Amino acid sequence: MKTSKIGPWIAFTLGALYFIIPLIATFEFSLRLKRGEYSFEAYRIVLGDPRFQATFGYSTLLALATIVIGVLLVVPTAYWIQLRLPKLRPVVEFITLLPLVIPAIVLVFGYLKMYNSSSLLPLTSSPWSTNLLLTFGYVTLALPYMYRAVDTGLRAIDVRTLTEAAESLGAKWPTILFKVILPNVRSALLSGAFLTFAIVIGEFTMAALLDRPAFGPYLQLIGANRAYEPSALAIIAFFVTWACMGLIQVFGRGARGASPETR
Amino acid sequence: MTEATHSAPAPSPSGFRLDRSSWAWVGVAPFLLFAVLFLIAPTFFLIIGAFQDADGHFTFRNISNLFQPSIIASYWISIQISAASAITGAIIGFFMAYAVVLGGLPRWLRPTLMTFSGVASNFAGLPLAFAFLATLGRTGLVTVFLVKWFDFNPYAHGFNLLSFWGLTITYLYFQIPLMVLILTPALDGLKKEWREASSILGASPWQYWRYVALPILWPSLLGTTLLLFANSFGAIATAYGLTGSSLNIVTILLYAQIRGDVLHDQNLGYALALGMILITGLSNGGYIWLRARSERWLR
Repeated sequence: MKTSKIGPWIAFTLGALYFIIPLIATFEFSLRLKRGEYSFEAYRIVLGDPRFQATFGYSTLLALATIVIGVLLVVPTAYWIQLRLPKLRPVVEFITLLPLVIPAIVLVFGYLKMYNSSSLLPLTSSPWSTNLLLTFGYVTLALPYMYRAVDTGLRAIDVRTLTEAAESLGAKWPTILFKVILPNVRSALLSGAFLTFAIVIGEFTMAALLDRPAFGPYLQLIGANRAYEPSALAIIAFFVTWACMGLIQVFGRGARGASPETR
Repeated sequence: MTEATHSAPAPSPSGFRLDRSSWAWVGVAPFLLFAVLFLIAPTFFLIIGAFQDADGHFTFRNISNLFQPSIIASYWISIQISAASAITGAIIGFFMAYAVVLGGLPRWLRPTLMTFSGVASNFAGLPLAFAFLATLGRTGLVTVFLVKWFDFNPYAHGFNLLSFWGLTITYLYFQIPLMVLILTPALDGLKKEWREASSILGASPWQYWRYVALPILWPSLLGTTLLLFANSFGAIATAYGLTGSSLNIVTILLYAQIRGDVLHDQNLGYALALGMILITGLSNGGYIWLRARSERWLR
């Protein structure tokens, strides 16, 4: 290709500037808390805030629960579809795409209508069951990503042969799923898990409307009331997202060595 | 998991195969039950509620009540912001993807851009709003820079971050990377042979794009634009963090309705949600249909 490279360079540079300047500006802003000098005071205040620790811990816990439930729900289903029910694949794939179609705010609106304290299944009536409902809501939000990751992982291995080999060695179903299939899609699972973590950790809408003390509503509270701390929180959130995506790359690379189809 | 175990009563493979037609569906029962309880039924009840009055009788009144000026205005501003950020994001995203895939830039730029896009497309919500307040807010770095070095205060010339363009510029931060991520494989699908063949046949670069590349790419381009549209239409946290409730987009109106019944009509709230499902449903449906078309060339 002999075409000029000036255009592509301009496009790339302008784009890169648009993405980098807000990060620099946010970082600079977060250092401005003390008048006349740069300091990490805003970070000290935020990290030392007991509400930060409580809400971040709560959201971390919820993210882990979401990952566990998501894996237990998606892996057997995707495995079963691949092995015994290929006819149901379009139906299941359609269902897993629905959370992208129905906005989270609509979904939680439906939860509030369906699970209110005077309904058949009053999940919103106690804090404990509301936590459960929020976790299920997050599993739903993560479903498209989790299913896609696991399905790609399963397609890359020979599920049928592995299952038959395990069966002829006398393995029962739990053994096959947990000791044969699960380790083989480990890297795909980890990708799905880190993406789920990145989605859940800062989620605002569902947590706020279900009135749970999660990290997202805390961010909103700080954003509405403080000047410099929100920038520090934005930088922290950016690094959490970056860490999740970085880990996906690391584990994805491990998978590529084993099976070329996995991404 | 355990359901899958119970669905296979006979441990021997042959015994299993005998009843697979009747019992195999039990293996997906937990998933289907979950989908019904936390995805399908909640949405279904909202849709039903949109067609009921306060006493539960069937009515179209909620739907017709949607067509009052304030609600129409909030749908309209949402559609405008989503369309502006989707189209701008698609164009810029296309040029960035083009630059790293076909532009002859150093090879290391491509994985760098892809990794960064993965991060930025997930960097949304409140932190993104904070970042842009620190950048383009009244005391943000870029605003201060413009005032100091160019004696140009954007806020004195009608710019406001808490407005249509402010929100659109902010949304681009996750729209452009999403476009890059989805479009890069499509650009990879443009085979080098096609360009060579057309150039041997005497086609100019413009003719190549007009008659070869764009006809192949347009389903991807249009489909992804629709996806970006739906992506920003359902977003709320960024707008809420940026503008509080001063900009009346439909998600913020719905949020206020869920919080405190600002419309003074529960069922009108359900109709509001139904309208959102229709819009995101249509644009996502268009995306899925167009993606199926575009995949013909990308094998």
